[in-house]
Amino acid sequence: MTKWVGGFFIVFLMLSQAMAIEPGEALKDPDLEARARVLSLELRCMVCQNQSIDDSDAPLAGDLRMLVRERLLVGDSDEQIFELVTARYGDFVLLRPPVVSRTLFLWFAPFLIFAVGLFTVWRLIRRSK
Amino acid sequence: MIAEFGHFVLILAFMVSLLQATLPIYGANRQLISVMQFADYLARAQFICIGIAFACLTYAFIVSDFSLSIVANNSHVSKPLMYKIAGVWGNHEGSMLLWVLVLAAYSFVFSFMSQNLETDFRARVLAVQGWIGVAFLGFIIFTSNPFSRLFPAPFEGMGLNPVLQDPALAAHPPLLYIGYVGTSMAFAFAVAGLLGDKLERVWAQALRVWVLVAWLFLTLGIALGSFWAYYELGWGGFWFWDPVENASLMPWLAGTALLHSVMVTAQRGAFMRWTILLAILTFGLSLVGTFLVRSGVLTSVHAFATDPERGVYILAILATTIGGALLLYARARPKLAPTQEFEIVSRESALLLNNVFLATATATVFIGTLYPLFVDALGLGKISVGAPYFSTVFLPLMIPFVIVLPFGPFLSWQRFSGRRLVLPLSLALIAAIIFTFAYYTFTQASSWPAYISLLGAFWLICGAVAAFFDRLDIKRSGRFKRLRNMPPSTVASSLAHAGIGIMLMGIIGATAWKSERVVALMPGDALEIAGYEFVYEGTKSINGPNYRSDQATLRPRSPVSGLTELLPERRFYLAERGQTTEAAIDKRLSRNIYAALGEQLEDGSRVIRIWVHPLVALIWIGAVVMALGGFAGLRRRSASQ
Repeated sequence: MTKWVGGFFIVFLMLSQAMAIEPGEALKDPDLEARARVLSLELRCMVCQNQSIDDSDAPLAGDLRMLVRERLLVGDSDEQIFELVTARYGDFVLLRPPVVSRTLFLWFAPFLIFAVGLFTVWRLIRRSK
Repeated sequence: MIAEFGHFVLILAFMVSLLQATLPIYGANRQLISVMQFADYLARAQFICIGIAFACLTYAFIVSDFSLSIVANNSHVSKPLMYKIAGVWGNHEGSMLLWVLVLAAYSFVFSFMSQNLETDFRARVLAVQGWIGVAFLGFIIFTSNPFSRLFPAPFEGMGLNPVLQDPALAAHPPLLYIGYVGTSMAFAFAVAGLLGDKLERVWAQALRVWVLVAWLFLTLGIALGSFWAYYELGWGGFWFWDPVENASLMPWLAGTALLHSVMVTAQRGAFMRWTILLAILTFGLSLVGTFLVRSGVLTSVHAFATDPERGVYILAILATTIGGALLLYARARPKLAPTQEFEIVSRESALLLNNVFLATATATVFIGTLYPLFVDALGLGKISVGAPYFSTVFLPLMIPFVIVLPFGPFLSWQRFSGRRLVLPLSLALIAAIIFTFAYYTFTQASSWPAYISLLGAFWLICGAVAAFFDRLDIKRSGRFKRLRNMPPSTVASSLAHAGIGIMLMGIIGATAWKSERVVALMPGDALEIAGYEFVYEGTKSINGPNYRSDQATLRPRSPVSGLTELLPERRFYLAERGQTTEAAIDKRLSRNIYAALGEQLEDGSRVIRIWVHPLVALIWIGAVVMALGGFAGLRRRSASQ
């Protein structure tokens, strides 16, 4: 089940995937390469406007793509890679902001609004009966 | 001289808009018929003035009058005529002039239409349009004058950003603005109604038409922008959750909600308060979009100018118009008719649910787009909110939305009528399952989540078709007559809902089932992707009207029917000193083959990026089908209905 849900997210993530990688950048191991692509979608190209490192052909984005792949080859987990990159560039590099106190509203407001909306509709219907 | 004349009529338009903003209100309050009717003439005069100013600016671009600062900065003698003209709105000042031109065009058309509405209401609508005109003409004249001169005039212009030199992008801003600015009519209707206490079903029926027009052009405008991004940026992506894309998505989502809520108000007189609030907010989001794009607070490819003064000015317009309208709303709210009774399972509750989904989606885009600014302004550091955020939040909302959507059109007003929908929707579900299996059998593509999404897409399409035939009532005789007499709203909703399903299919195909290769090739090397084989024959230089281009030839190895050679280019624009990628795309309904040319490597080989995007064309076909639904909804009801 969780794998399915995860699969869904990856499919939708790829909405914006564009692939700027250069020939020879790709890893030989297809599983590791697939992980590298998904990780690349989550990391912002620091010198671009609104692109992930997967989309950007800026040299800095290329360096970061290589870094991600080097760490994957060494055997780092996704979390370790995120930690390494965040330590270097700060939270700004993460296109999916971490859930911390200053992003609580960002993450939960949509669901709160949806719940309030449903509750309002429910009350309207009850009242009109 | 022509430019001075344009400048003069622009100031004249500002004067006329001052009159248009005040006189009709005075006339309406005193019930002076002739003063109220004068509003029509003022609206026409304003449109003619702005039209002349716009024509003057266009002329300056065509003859390359570089003594005008924006012509010098955005044009070039060698540019093809079409892009000289498109250059008029390819910059901040000119695009704002287009904005007010569209605004005045709406008033102009309105002045000839809707004669069945009461005179004082019509006068007030035009007055509100006049206020918006005053605000934006003032903005143009005082902060962003397109007729500013440059002394001494340069001999040659700087040219237009090469990525904007494209037919789709020439048409994208006008379409988008017809949509964006069209929401001003909803706002004007709401405010005029609140001012005059004229809020009845007739009001909503007239409003519905304007909302539809704005919505369908916004749909087309956004789709064209996405199509342009797909083929011009050379990445094969079609939606990037870029702040400026989001800026156009917000009024679209709110406008879609408004479209549904105004139907209830028009047919049943219900949800009056919510419809008014949505009309105000939709225009508010259009202004937010204009603010985001024009102030330069967000870094984006679309932001031409970064000038805090302009941002503050638009923010002031936003605060006064929306704040004022909301105050009016708060004052009038107790007087507005409360909603009549309806049951849990009824069309009213379905449309309310639709509005909950769309309002949440709008709020999500709003929060996600503005949150980084907000966190930064509070001194809490810099964060990024990108595609992964939007995908994560939208997905849990989308799934229930897709599941419940086809039920809506089957429900009747007020009462529970569940039995009627069981048979047609069961058939729709069975058909959707069959189509999904058929697709699997034909393509053998993998990925379970993609098939579940595909089932959702077919469910939307089949559900829409079922709703259409249900209304047609095929068992009865004379069905072709019934087809002609069918209420336009049924045709509209079936097309629009099917359009969403079609678009969803395109998105699934292009994301879950795409294939991609990046290779460095020497002339004569072959390249295989998803069963297609191409031979790279080399790259040659060609000359365009104002660019030089490297063009590669990829020839299909075995002749597949109709598949011809692909000729991707990299263009170097001489005047602008900028590059663009011109992807070569073999377009089919079933799939696109998309090739982009990369740089030359040291060993003489060339980087080629190639994708196969199954079903991708359906994204834009779906959008066109949705817009067609909008057109169908514009048709007048036939007399027998």
